Amino acid sequence: MNSFTFTQAPAVAAAVQDNLAHEDAAYIGGGTNLLDLMKENVARPTHLIGLKKTGLAAIESLPDGGLRLGALATNADTAWHPDVEKRYPLLSQAVLAGASPQLRNMATDGGNLMQRTRCYYFYDLATPCNKREPGSGCSAIGGYNRIHAILGTSESCIATHPSDMCVALAALAATVRVSGPHGERTIAFGDFHRLPGDAPERDNTLEPGELITGLDLPAKGFEKNYSYLKLRDRTSYAFALVSVAAALELDGDTIKDARLALGGVAHKPWRDPAAEALLIGQPATADTFRRAAAQVLEGAQGYGHNTFKIELARRAIVRALKQATEMTQRTDDNAFLNSNP
Amino acid sequence: MSHVTQAPLGRPPVALAPTQPVALRINGALHSLNIAPWTTLLDALREYLDLTGTKKGCDHGQCGACTVLVDGKRINSCLSLAVMHEDSDITTIEGLGTAEQLSPLQQAFIDHDAFQCGYCTPGQICSAQGLINEGRAKTEDEVRELMSGNLCRCGAYSNILTAVMEVLDNQQAGLPAGEWSAGAARPHDAPAEAPKQ
Ligand SMILES: Cc1cc2nc3c(=O)[nH]c(=O)nc-3n(C[C@H](O)[C@H](O)[C@H](O)COP(=O)(O)OP(=O)(O)OC[C@H]3O[C@@H](n4cnc5c(N)ncnc54)[C@H](O)[C@@H]3O)c2cc1C
Ligand code: SF4
Ligand code: FES
Ligand code: FES
Repeated sequence: MNSFTFTQAPAVAAAVQDNLAHEDAAYIGGGTNLLDLMKENVARPTHLIGLKKTGLAAIESLPDGGLRLGALATNADTAWHPDVEKRYPLLSQAVLAGASPQLRNMATDGGNLMQRTRCYYFYDLATPCNKREPGSGCSAIGGYNRIHAILGTSESCIATHPSDMCVALAALAATVRVSGPHGERTIAFGDFHRLPGDAPERDNTLEPGELITGLDLPAKGFEKNYSYLKLRDRTSYAFALVSVAAALELDGDTIKDARLALGGVAHKPWRDPAAEALLIGQPATADTFRRAAAQVLEGAQGYGHNTFKIELARRAIVRALKQATEMTQRTDDNAFLNSNP
Repeated sequence: MSHVTQAPLGRPPVALAPTQPVALRINGALHSLNIAPWTTLLDALREYLDLTGTKKGCDHGQCGACTVLVDGKRINSCLSLAVMHEDSDITTIEGLGTAEQLSPLQQAFIDHDAFQCGYCTPGQICSAQGLINEGRAKTEDEVRELMSGNLCRCGAYSNILTAVMEVLDNQQAGLPAGEWSAGAARPHDAPAEAPKQ
């Protein structure tokens, strides 16, 4: 790690001030991604701003029936919060499918949104990478790209966003709360992460110095019919190759409302409103699910090693929707585990 | 305050490194250190305080060898800075039990031969203590899933699972902690047996 200075910010405004006062400052939540990248010399901030004392760790109900997750709430405290388990079990399941218990105890909800890609070339300083070094080229296109994106890619980058939690947040239509040099603002979850385009160095739409203060979940939690299906090389402690967050509101056999978002397939959590529209008003059958899956994968493009993801994603969508309909992922006694039957 | 340290134990001070004071409460004792801000909690424990029970495996959050408890919750000390823990209560393997009075988990790991080389063991035990504190895992499958952050390259997993299950079962049966460690209660499904090689 390069040398840097560290201050523990006493409050949100002080944290933002401190960030503006330094050339290459970074906020630090749990440190589980930032310190990893600093040890690899991929991230080289000269000043770190601790957020533990900014009072942002609470999880509290909102007057409109929603729930606010403080940016400094840990992933573990979020997944196991009674209101999240009861009202947003899709979110619980997605968080618990990620990382390890130790990492979830450290990782914060704000940091989870900001975690960077796991593209091997991004981590390898010896290879070109447009995200790490704009203009240097993309080693994954034409290189080894088994974990890379099949949707929304560009000629400059085919990296994926690695978060599980964010896939559920996309499906649940959360709102990101931000505080920065120009005051406070909110960002719809779908507008927070970006597609790579010709600026893959920018993962999201935060402006310099802006701090995530919290995440607001709308009242509707789809707690009756949901599934987070995560497919990976081993059944625990691995990043998703493809994951699906499916949430349904059913009236008998008819789908009244639907949410569908994918992880591991794009530069951002991939929610597809057109596929959701194909589900709404239809019977909850395999045919309906297959039509929605075809819609999601319509423009998908493989790059060689990752081409298998197109068929994998198609099948994963159908299975996740079936699981959400039947709630079959809960037939074993590990109610809190993502058991992927 | 028991220590004021400016260089790693037994090494010359690092030239020109700006240091920062930090007070760490570890295993009940307060330690005041002057260290560079980039010192991880793991390096502070091992290099500055001679608490070498906590191990460094991958140094990247992937193996769990560095697991310690912070305010009762398990974390990877390699991906955390010491200066982030000014007000925390840190417990390492050295703080869980003593040679005379092993913690229930330490005793169960010995009784069930839950290690081979032993390198992952302090992390396994601290992680298992964190798992017990969480109170979420009850079944073998749940323990396997919630111990997945601790790798064992010797593959002692099945005995680690037996040891953790024994302590969980004893706890669920309501036996006070002091009585488990004497090996008073053996779980029905896991009789004590001679150590296997
Ligand atoms: C071995 C390993 C396995 C993992 N497996 C998974 C997995 O399977 N699934 C998964 O989803 N994740 C996984 N992760 C990633 C993990 O979830 C993230 O590292 C974690 O969520 C990041 O949160 P943090 O608080 O530690 O962020 P930090 O490391 O503290 O920060 C990350 C970034 O966010 C910025 N930041 C932090 N807080 C804020 C804020 N409030 N406002 C603005 N910027 C902020 C920092 O400046 C930094 O750039 C894994 C990580 C490791 C090390
Ligand atoms: S896919 Fe993106 S992150 Fe990976 S090498 Fe290409 S530009 Fe870099
Ligand atoms: S040394 Fe910390 S997880 Fe491996
Ligand atoms: S006992 Fe050798 S690594 Fe686990």
